[in-house]
Amino acid sequence: MSERIEDQPLTIAGREFTSRLLVGTGKYRDFDEASRAIAASAAEIVTFAVRRTNLGQDADEPNLLDVIPPSRYTLLPNTAGCYTARDAVRTCKLARELLDGHKLVKLEVLGDDGTLYPNVVETLKAAEELLADGFDVMVYTSDDPIVARELERMGCCAIMPLGSLIGSGHGIQNPHNLRLIVEQSQVPVLVDAGIGTASDAALAMELGCDAVLMNSAIAHARDPEGMANAMRKAVEAGREAFLAGRMPRRQSAEPSSPFAGRING
Amino acid sequence: MQIQLNGDTKQLAGETTVGELVVALDLAGRRIAVEVNEEIVPRSQHDAIRLAEGDRVEIVHAIGGG
Repeated sequence: MSERIEDQPLTIAGREFTSRLLVGTGKYRDFDEASRAIAASAAEIVTFAVRRTNLGQDADEPNLLDVIPPSRYTLLPNTAGCYTARDAVRTCKLARELLDGHKLVKLEVLGDDGTLYPNVVETLKAAEELLADGFDVMVYTSDDPIVARELERMGCCAIMPLGSLIGSGHGIQNPHNLRLIVEQSQVPVLVDAGIGTASDAALAMELGCDAVLMNSAIAHARDPEGMANAMRKAVEAGREAFLAGRMPRRQSAEPSSPFAGRING
Repeated sequence: MQIQLNGDTKQLAGETTVGELVVALDLAGRRIAVEVNEEIVPRSQHDAIRLAEGDRVEIVHAIGGG
């Protein structure tokens, strides 16, 4: 009998997770929709953004952290919207204060408004400063394996290359680079942007990625809860396919039914 | 006294601590973080830190994001 490879938990910064799907909390119509979609995704790690309070807001208005309580989820504050290392570091420090000493952050330093492509120069600077300050840094980056290797060498706890542009839904545009990053990395590799539908998530996992992080693909689906459910299954299926080991690709056909014993033989 | 609060100019009547500003903004007890002149002011220090003319204050909270 063939040997089955039992999966190990996803380990990030010393913490173990069963789910390999991480989800964001942006772009939902309301907290109720977000809450139902996050529950359907079965995600254990949930990202959020840090922004100025709307002064004069209703004191009774629900807070995002009531919807995704830190007691139930591992919260992952991001630095979305930061274009410099300085702003990203400030944002992480604010997040740490907001969450009473929480160290795990998603670092993203963007290059421009049009592409939201990572600015790797600023990302490297910010990572260095955050790591020296004791943060556990999961880092959004390009799919450049040399940059990914450097971020890992510096001490980032997860490397998160884009599949395609943030919010584009264009899926995985360079599976070959992703595979190079997966093969060289000792820390978890997560596809962090560009997932559009379930097959994109499955492909990321089949390539050997350790997990997938997404927001728009679920929040902008016609039925976010339904899509969250689909993504949960896609990530699980992709992971199982990766562990099971795909058949080799062949140039020619090979029949599945035996030739021997055919009635016209 | 004038400070910059979340990017806008704000007049304060007199000597004010970070904690008093938070209360005045109806943000007491809410999940927020405060920075003054790009330095975090830990929650435990809110009542001890007095604001000064021209201080740049940021008060942030968690919102949806990916």
